[in-house]
Amino acid sequence: MSATNTEEIPGLERRLRQASIAVRRNALRMVHHAKLGHPGGDFSSTDVLVTLYLSVMKIDPRNPAWPDRDRFVMSKGHCSAALYATLAAAGMLEEAALATYMDPLSLLNGHPDRNKVAGVEANTGPLGHGLPIATGCALAAKMQRAAWRTFVLTGDGELQEGSNWEAALCAAQYKLDNLVLIVDRNRIQQGDFTESTINMNPLGEKWRAFGWHVIEVNGHNHGELLRALSGPALPGKPTCVIANTIKGHGVSFMENNPAWHHGVPTDAQLAQALDELAKEEL
Amino acid sequence: MSVEVATSADLFDCRNAFVSTLEEMAAADRRVCAVVNDSVSSTKLKGFREKFPDRFVNVGIAEQNMVGTSAGLASAGMIPFCCGASCFLTARAMEQVKVDLGYAKNNVKLCGMSSGMAYGELGPTHHSIEDLAWTRVIPNLMVVVPADPIETRAVMLWARDYVGPVFVRLSRMPVPKLLSGDFVFEPGKAVTLREGDDIALLANGVLVARALQAAEKLHERRIGARVLNMSSMAPMDREAVIAAARETRGIVTIEEASVYGGLGGAVAEIIADEHPTLVKRMGVPGVFAPTGSVEFLLEHFGLTASGIEKAAVELLNKAAMG
Repeated sequence: MSATNTEEIPGLERRLRQASIAVRRNALRMVHHAKLGHPGGDFSSTDVLVTLYLSVMKIDPRNPAWPDRDRFVMSKGHCSAALYATLAAAGMLEEAALATYMDPLSLLNGHPDRNKVAGVEANTGPLGHGLPIATGCALAAKMQRAAWRTFVLTGDGELQEGSNWEAALCAAQYKLDNLVLIVDRNRIQQGDFTESTINMNPLGEKWRAFGWHVIEVNGHNHGELLRALSGPALPGKPTCVIANTIKGHGVSFMENNPAWHHGVPTDAQLAQALDELAKEEL
Repeated sequence: MSVEVATSADLFDCRNAFVSTLEEMAAADRRVCAVVNDSVSSTKLKGFREKFPDRFVNVGIAEQNMVGTSAGLASAGMIPFCCGASCFLTARAMEQVKVDLGYAKNNVKLCGMSSGMAYGELGPTHHSIEDLAWTRVIPNLMVVVPADPIETRAVMLWARDYVGPVFVRLSRMPVPKLLSGDFVFEPGKAVTLREGDDIALLANGVLVARALQAAEKLHERRIGARVLNMSSMAPMDREAVIAAARETRGIVTIEEASVYGGLGGAVAEIIADEHPTLVKRMGVPGVFAPTGSVEFLLEHFGLTASGIEKAAVELLNKAAMG
């Protein structure tokens, strides 16, 4: 399903943009329903998720356990609403299930459980788990001489967890050029802006120093994301795509506001947000 | 389950059985791989690295990544044996053990080496006497403490075939062979090594041999001691524990671990629920151990054949006084 024909890209970009808006609308409805969630990060990561699931990754929605599928590890598991809504958009989850987000006994936990939801590869929630797991997936593909790739999405604040840097060293040592890390660089964590908390800059230099191939993109531009995520790997190096994003992207009162890390919209805010997103679609 | 006991005079380092079985399994099954945290020599995996370089991953001194990477390998169809000193493997990577293995049910085999007080002189930083308390409460995680090289091999073979996370707690302290060569490990089954109805000695790991020696001493005093090898810590054989409580006058638990939360804690929980009786928990009594060799420390805490004998007699006296 990879977009290799450049002539198709404008149409594909349009389709991905529309799908991303639909995912944001669903994710915010889910958070509103559950009265819980992390909509700011849902919205900053949506375009990455949609680009991966609807275009970049080799997956078979009818056979989520296909052994040769590309793997995706959602390390920032708190943004589960965006993940579930994307899985629904990719045909891997019944859209009706989204309305059960965080309900008692729902399959859609606040943080994803691979034993409950097809298409979820790892149980995440505590931060700093995804990159080590993805490193293991990529190592397995090397051991099996298989061609599938592994993608993992972390937050930027999440990179304050030391386990990420343990895995960063390991992935470079084992030359895991079948591993792609995407950092959702929205510059906000739960308590404050990342740079007011623990300065992550210069982020790209850190990954380069750890031996990774680094690409910086606008994380809301599907064309840039497609090129970065579909492009050939640099032989012998894992890739880090720093996706510069805006927390709460697409809704005026949510954008770049730390309060929306785990804010829950009122009925009026939901209506306004859905309206703004619908207008963006036009 | 009752088996014939054939205690040998020779002593064996269970790591040798661990590594020979791992190499044998890797030769037969391309899914078997090893993950280490620089601990190539302490896990005795140099030979494995030479024979199977493509299936040997050294993540460096990084236990969180070691367990997380193992989870990823398992999720993609490999059978990783994730090996490191038990003190670091469990404590440093506890959240990965809980979430990436127990909760996610990834098919990883954690091999905690040199557990208990095997690193005696190195001090409490290197002792692993809390690992049983930490691991046995994690749902889906099987916890096994083999007693001798025969059981070590049997547990490794079982762990390869069982689909799900396992913690195998190994030592480096030499122990005699207790079981016959055809022994097959069954999770959730205590192994009766000696029958007896006066008192029950429930032990695991390197102290099972000492429990048997204590039972022999008790026999000379006309006290019939039942000896159970409680190698399967989780799941635990509740029926065997309840039977020991019903059919004897008291239970002594013996482990190279804290008396809080490990074998003693697990047995006390079952007894409290089902058939309250006297229990004496032998192990490390809630302290950091002083400096000394493992032999010295075991003696220091009374974890010897005569120490167990003494505790058993005291428990029976207590029972007699009602």
